[in-house]
Amino acid sequence: MSFDGLVFACLVYVAAMFLIAWAADRAAERGRTGWTGSPLVYTLSLSVYCTAWTFYGAVGYADRAGLEFLTIYLGPTIVFAGGWWGLRKLIRVARMHRVSSAADLISARYGKSNPLAAFVTLLLAIAGMPYIGLQLQSITVSFGAFASDSDALPAGLSFWLAAGLALFAILFGTRNLAADERHHGVVMAIALEAVVKLLAFLVLGAWVVWGLADGPGDVLARIASVAESPKAEGWTLKPDRWATLIFVSGVAIVTLPRMFQVLVVEATDENAITSAAWAFPAYLLAMSLFVLPIAVVGRQILGPEADPDLYVLSLPLSQGQDGLALLVFLGGFSAATSMVVIASIALATMISNHWIVPVWLHLRRPETPEARNMDGVDLRGPVLIARRAAIVMVLAGGALYQQLSGGGAALAAMGTVAFIGVAQMLPAMLGGLLWRGGTRIAAYGGLASGGAIWLAAVFLPSLGLIAAPPVPPGVDPQAFWIFTSLAVNAAIYIALSLLTIPGPNERLQGLSFVNALTPDHTLDVPARPGGAARAEALLTMARRIWGGDEALRFFRAEAEKQGKTGFLPDPSAGFLARLERRLAGSVGTATAHTMVAQVAGSGSTTVADLINLAGEAQRAKDRAHQLMGDQEELARTARRLQEANEHLTALSVQKDAFLGQISHELRTPMTSVRAFSELLMMPALSDEDRTRFAAIIHDESKRLTRLLDDLLDLSVLESGRAQLNMGLVNLHDLIDRALTSSGAVRTGRAFTVDRDAPSEHIAIFTDADRLLQVFINLITNARKYCDAPNTVLNIRARQKGRAVEVDFIDNGSGIETEKQLLVFEKFARLNDPARAGGAGLGLAICREIMTALGGSITYLPGQGGAAFRVIVPARPNAGQPGAAA
Amino acid sequence: MPLEPRPDRPLFLERAAYRRRRLRDAARVLPAVSLLLCVVPVIWTPKAMSFAGGAIWFFAVWLAIVVLSGVLHLALGRQRGAERSDEL
Repeated sequence: MSFDGLVFACLVYVAAMFLIAWAADRAAERGRTGWTGSPLVYTLSLSVYCTAWTFYGAVGYADRAGLEFLTIYLGPTIVFAGGWWGLRKLIRVARMHRVSSAADLISARYGKSNPLAAFVTLLLAIAGMPYIGLQLQSITVSFGAFASDSDALPAGLSFWLAAGLALFAILFGTRNLAADERHHGVVMAIALEAVVKLLAFLVLGAWVVWGLADGPGDVLARIASVAESPKAEGWTLKPDRWATLIFVSGVAIVTLPRMFQVLVVEATDENAITSAAWAFPAYLLAMSLFVLPIAVVGRQILGPEADPDLYVLSLPLSQGQDGLALLVFLGGFSAATSMVVIASIALATMISNHWIVPVWLHLRRPETPEARNMDGVDLRGPVLIARRAAIVMVLAGGALYQQLSGGGAALAAMGTVAFIGVAQMLPAMLGGLLWRGGTRIAAYGGLASGGAIWLAAVFLPSLGLIAAPPVPPGVDPQAFWIFTSLAVNAAIYIALSLLTIPGPNERLQGLSFVNALTPDHTLDVPARPGGAARAEALLTMARRIWGGDEALRFFRAEAEKQGKTGFLPDPSAGFLARLERRLAGSVGTATAHTMVAQVAGSGSTTVADLINLAGEAQRAKDRAHQLMGDQEELARTARRLQEANEHLTALSVQKDAFLGQISHELRTPMTSVRAFSELLMMPALSDEDRTRFAAIIHDESKRLTRLLDDLLDLSVLESGRAQLNMGLVNLHDLIDRALTSSGAVRTGRAFTVDRDAPSEHIAIFTDADRLLQVFINLITNARKYCDAPNTVLNIRARQKGRAVEVDFIDNGSGIETEKQLLVFEKFARLNDPARAGGAGLGLAICREIMTALGGSITYLPGQGGAAFRVIVPARPNAGQPGAAA
Repeated sequence: MPLEPRPDRPLFLERAAYRRRRLRDAARVLPAVSLLLCVVPVIWTPKAMSFAGGAIWFFAVWLAIVVLSGVLHLALGRQRGAERSDEL
């Protein structure tokens, strides 16, 4: 088989793949995704896990280390056996959030953080690019297996290979920015390649077992014979390597970029996993079944000098089975190419979404608010260009690695190095899906620490750049570093998660991821004003990414959901969240978040929104508090009103009583006046009677007048309108005048006054007439009411401090205790009113007068007879010191 | 007397839902058991597992896992429509 023939075969094969991919893409565009969505295609696409390593490296690995190669396939088998639980949830959550890559998943979970996505992308790119280089390497080497001495491999073979693969990836991986980041054509192509791979290997294996050997029994015997050979030492399984390799490959089946792409991103729905859960392990079993036989038979036939990695080619070639060799070559070729295409698409998606586009957006960030709607910016073009550039970058990196390493590294070793690297994602990913307490800082910490250990202890030493750090004696280095890197990673992740507090966006995302809830359910923030303009800007932006039709469809559906006609829904939080998720399928979660935030002024939920909500809640609380306070005050006011009402009612009652009394008092003399006037009108009346009657009428009128005067006086005093003529007066003179005035009242009893004249000479600054009125009243009362046969009135005056006290004490029987206060009330009379001749207002007036003068009048009990004390301030102004008289 | 249980059969209602839940339990148990079967023998007797005996053992276990997983997931897929969430 000449080299040219090989090249021709490859080209035909690649052309066939192109055709199939193109046909599948066309069908998908027309909506006929029956084949590409089928579980069979899905399961076959997962076979991209089996790369050229499976073809060439596995046999070499088996030759060196026996059954240990099984770990690479047993890990995924066990993980898929639990597919119903773990993988299904992963796929559901990822589809819910339209995650476009593993880095996107982690970034979305930890608060849509783009720096975190960029960091994860870095880690995955470092691990992934050498792996791609190895595929290129294996193809080159497999070409070499066919070469005879005369043929020289053309220089630049790898370059052409890489270029061809880049073209394929660009053509079918970046045709358009689907909102769901699915590449139907590519998936179809690799599903078919999976069939080619399996077929090739199975045919080869069958030929080896039944053609070269004598059936399964013979093969088993040959395997058993290895136990006595010198190779037995290398073949003996080491439990620590065994367990750690199974673990790492189980993690890698999810975290390898190409595996995440086909397993999660390209999944049509989460229930495709139910068939993949058993079918994929079955595929792996079939691919692994003949590895050990080929290794054993190959060594026995080809001898120790042949390269074990190439047994699959050299065995048929050595036996003249060129056709079989070609088939195997094509199988290996398809294994390598499918891996390269998918891996480069996956890595390019991450690199463009998380490195290139965010930087570009940042540089283009609009300076003015008017430019915010990015009208003049066509986003689709730049994103696609970024994607394609990234594919070229990735392939160039892989080719570069292959050239620099000189192709000397054993294939198998590099595979596991990459596995250990991508396994560092496990704590962050698993924690993110299962634990709401996982935080972004913890993800950074875990990834950084695990990644650093991996770089220093595994990756760089494998390239021969630095020496591997020492491990404890007797411990296998690889197992040790797998364990240590993951243990440190997980420990730091857990510790930092427990110590740090995530932001609000992160917490919402955590809730959504862990509980597999659609994010819409978690928070309902109402739309902000100014909606229509923003909605239009968003539509423009969406059109630039998806194309007009799809954007209009989406917006129309959203508007309908809100009950509006037309194409512009209100930019409510729910709509923005759904828009963001759709965009994430094209540009990644973090970029979508940034773009929506830039155009709409906010993302689905911002801290500002939450603070606003909290502020409103606080204001509502304050209002409620205030209302409660008002309520209390109202209650107090009501109580006061109640009291005032009661007081007024009492006063009203009092007033009514007063009016009743007055009318009674007024009527009595009026009755006399009328009666005697009528008598006067009688014709036959003696002069004597007439005079008598007139006198009575006169007296009664005078009485009435006095009463009315008193009432008026009292009213004036009580209302405080009394005019006081203040002047200096001698108390002695005042008492003299009082005695003179009251002398007119004669009761027919003896009346003597006992005075201490010298003590009465006190100067008082007061209203003399009013004080006189009080004295007259008291003296008159004593005359009228004292019931002693020889009435003696004692008048005593003294100065006490700033006031002057004058006591009027008679020698009667006094007033009973119960009535002592009552005498000062209006109309209060202690005995028969007719006898006294007064209205009972005297003492009431005295009290008002004394109050007006700033003094008081009180009854003195226990003096033997009726005793009244009049206290009058010597000076009206209490601030001035009173001068002793 | 229509509701008297037959003497040879225990009275148990809602068998379908119970079976569904036990299916889910089986789906949880399978990966754990697989892991044990693949790892523990190597820890105990690495030498015996390294050659022909080991080859037979691992491929036999592998085949069993595939078959069991297939049966389980097919059954689970059928039940999926019947009951959304039915945790016990």
